[in-house]
Amino acid sequence: MGSIARIEVKDGNPVAALQNFCARLLADSEITAVLAPRQLPGNRGAMPALVAAPEQLHDIDPLAPSFRLNAARMLTRLTRGADDGGLVAALLRPCEVRAFIELCKLNQGSLENTLLVSLDCPGAFSNTDYPRFAANSGDTWSLVQFLGTSGRGTHGGIEIARACCTCEHTTGAEADLSIGLFGQDVEKGLLLMANTPRGEGFMTRLGLPEATDDGSRDKALEALLAERRAAQELMFAETTAATSDMTGLSQFLSACVNCYNCRAACPVCYCKECVFLTDVFEHKPWQYLSWARQRGALKMPTDTVFFHLTRLAHMSTACVGCGQCSNACPNGVPVMELFKTIAAATQKAFEYEAGRDPGEAPPLSVFREREFPELTGGLD
Amino acid sequence: MQELIATLETQSDPLPGAAFEPAIVAFVCNWCTYTAADLAGTSRMVQSPNVRLVRMMCTGMVDPKYIIKALLGGADAVLVSGCHPGDCHYINGNYKARRRVKLLMEILPRFGIDSRRIKLTWVGASEGNEFAATVNRFAAEIKELGPIDTRRLPLL
Ligand code: SF4
Ligand code: SF4
Ligand code: FES
Repeated sequence: MGSIARIEVKDGNPVAALQNFCARLLADSEITAVLAPRQLPGNRGAMPALVAAPEQLHDIDPLAPSFRLNAARMLTRLTRGADDGGLVAALLRPCEVRAFIELCKLNQGSLENTLLVSLDCPGAFSNTDYPRFAANSGDTWSLVQFLGTSGRGTHGGIEIARACCTCEHTTGAEADLSIGLFGQDVEKGLLLMANTPRGEGFMTRLGLPEATDDGSRDKALEALLAERRAAQELMFAETTAATSDMTGLSQFLSACVNCYNCRAACPVCYCKECVFLTDVFEHKPWQYLSWARQRGALKMPTDTVFFHLTRLAHMSTACVGCGQCSNACPNGVPVMELFKTIAAATQKAFEYEAGRDPGEAPPLSVFREREFPELTGGLD
Repeated sequence: MQELIATLETQSDPLPGAAFEPAIVAFVCNWCTYTAADLAGTSRMVQSPNVRLVRMMCTGMVDPKYIIKALLGGADAVLVSGCHPGDCHYINGNYKARRRVKLLMEILPRFGIDSRRIKLTWVGASEGNEFAATVNRFAAEIKELGPIDTRRLPLL
């Protein structure tokens, strides 16, 4: 267990306390900038901003229950090939930390030149729901209420995204530092915990008052996780039942228009040129006609199930369950449900967990000489 | 590949009353299994005619999407066959293929595609006998299993 400090909250305003925390990070000579969620104009939620000047920290809001995009991809742009010796401090949700770790394994980003700071995550509203939540409850009081419930129940009749309701990774112990909200009176103070040697180094330099762990965070976490796991089991069972054959899968995906937004929003779908956007799928007219003749009729656009099955094969072992695929879908296709359900199975098959450990190689990038003898009738 | 699928579909449309003849797509490695298939052919071994070979330079280049596409396109089964462990011309392509087949075995059966429709074997260049036997056994198994659902379902 690493060292623990306390982030004091003044005037019952935890957001201001975190802005202050960011200012302390920026003041450190090793930190060149802070990447953190910043409020968008007009209650539209928050998006990451790279802040280099402390006077620009005023709209930073890492606690807004808005998750417009997974910032892991943004952080890869800031870290890959960065060689000025400084660190970008990134305030991320746990699923963003895990996606970033996956991307670093694939050489898309670098853990070397960032300080990862993760916050306990109570969940967030979908992009369409957040403005409705904010319109009725955009003040600090509502935020504190929301944090107090850890994203349970409905808020003004609106529920957090299903990816969040079913998420069992609500803390980011993989980051250098984590900020603890669970079980805390967020109007008074938050916890700061060091998880890595780099995190420990900053802990000493930041000069925050030491704190002791009274167990209240673990207790709150345990209760939350039990609920989340139950919700997850239910989602797995529902999705499995709905997609148990090809007819079911077709129905599940029937509203899909092949726009590939889910792929664009997925942090771990990192290919620069996705095969589905290449000439391979530019069929000639005769091809469509011949397919139509063979089957009597052909649904257009074609290859919808093929696209999703291929994406499942290509990246479900890296899926962190962030739900951005569903968030980005303009047609309400339950993409996250499908991916998270299958990802649980494929990751288990390779005893792998996406984002758990930077030292764990992606399962499709390695092999053992002797394994899975059942596939070749006992011959290995 | 698309042309292959197109022929598969026209050729294997069962005539009313005719016995089911499975269509099997086999992705075989140039250096081992393909050579074995050639040997089986030139030695006039009896082989089930249900298999369409796709020659690959190595099983390590069989992307999961080829297997998925074949099964969605109406192939009743897919065989991936390459060099024995330790014999791959590109050192470890067959080990990578094994992981990919393992992956598909986790995914496709969840959507009702019987895991018996996907097969991985190691057949060396001199094993013409073994190739003919593998293909005959596999074709018989799939005949028993019946046609794949995706043949009659409207494709989405
Ligand atoms: S598939 Fe969906 S849930 Fe999984 S990592 Fe990609 S966007 Fe997130
Ligand atoms: S699932 Fe939704 S986002 Fe993904 S391709 Fe289909 S319509 Fe687009
Ligand atoms: S060359 Fe035959 S499997 Fe790689």
